[in-house]
Amino acid sequence: LSVNAGALAHQFRDLKQQQEAATLGMWMFLATEVLFFGGVLTAYAIYRQAYANAFVHGSLFLNTALGTLNTAVLLTSSLTMALSVWFAQRGNRTLLVGCLGLTLLLGLVFLGIKAWEWHHEYAAGRAPGINFTVSEQQRYPVQIHAGQRDEGAETVNPRELKMFFLFYFILTGLHGIHMMVGVGLLLYLIIRAAPGFFSSGYYSPVEVIGLYWHFVDIVWIFLFPLLYLIRH
Amino acid sequence: MNEKPHSFTPAAYFLIFGLLLGLTVLTVAAAELNIGCLHTWAALAIAGIKATLVVLFFMHLWHSSRLAWLVVAASLFFLAILIGIVYEDYHSRSWLTAVGLMLM
Repeated sequence: LSVNAGALAHQFRDLKQQQEAATLGMWMFLATEVLFFGGVLTAYAIYRQAYANAFVHGSLFLNTALGTLNTAVLLTSSLTMALSVWFAQRGNRTLLVGCLGLTLLLGLVFLGIKAWEWHHEYAAGRAPGINFTVSEQQRYPVQIHAGQRDEGAETVNPRELKMFFLFYFILTGLHGIHMMVGVGLLLYLIIRAAPGFFSSGYYSPVEVIGLYWHFVDIVWIFLFPLLYLIRH
Repeated sequence: MNEKPHSFTPAAYFLIFGLLLGLTVLTVAAAELNIGCLHTWAALAIAGIKATLVVLFFMHLWHSSRLAWLVVAASLFFLAILIGIVYEDYHSRSWLTAVGLMLM
């Protein structure tokens, strides 16, 4: 008990109550985040229906293999984050720092792959507002599976295609900013955990930042099929 | 005071992780299926299952207080209102012009 005496803020009865309050606070914050992303996704849903053909074309430009790889990277980071909390609960400092470090590393790998993809679209002239240079005459090969091509699907309105890439950059960009915040928070956790700041009695920051990290993973779980896998 | 915290074992976490990877492969495969408009719903359903697994197990909602469950349910409820009603509004505007009502 005395080990964690300094960790208990005076307004709480005990560490358990303090931890429940911290966890609930993070869930409340995540509820606002759900609606934050929900606003953009609402706009996405409306434009996806209105510009269905252009969204299929835009989606085919994206690299599904890299998107799948990044999904796996992020899911693995969620696993290591969950294990971090588990080791924190048991006061295993070495494995806590190790798992947090792995999570941080995987987060950086995700951002690295994402940056490469963004640069690819930028270099190809598909960054709306910066260099979107898809011309009216340009036609795109549609490599959808046999039998799925319908008449007129070979051409796409560049203004509608631009809308797809606008959503692509805004959605993945907002998600990327959340990832960067998460990486910063993980760095903070590692700096705190390494000298043994956390114990089996006090590990709220690990748990609460873990919740945030998993939430950012969930956002990507939805963004991946909504952006990379549109085929109809 | 060190009562054991409710949590899952690492083995359970690895199992959930395996399921999540499997569902990722499934969603990529489903995208190539020839199922027309069901395609989007299949993708959303799989993403929904994955998100549920993450929330229940990785985020420990399973062992969390009822208040936490309430916050999650409330966020989903308001998300449904946000997307559902706005989407429905856009979708049904053409019905007004169809019956000769021009609002805008």
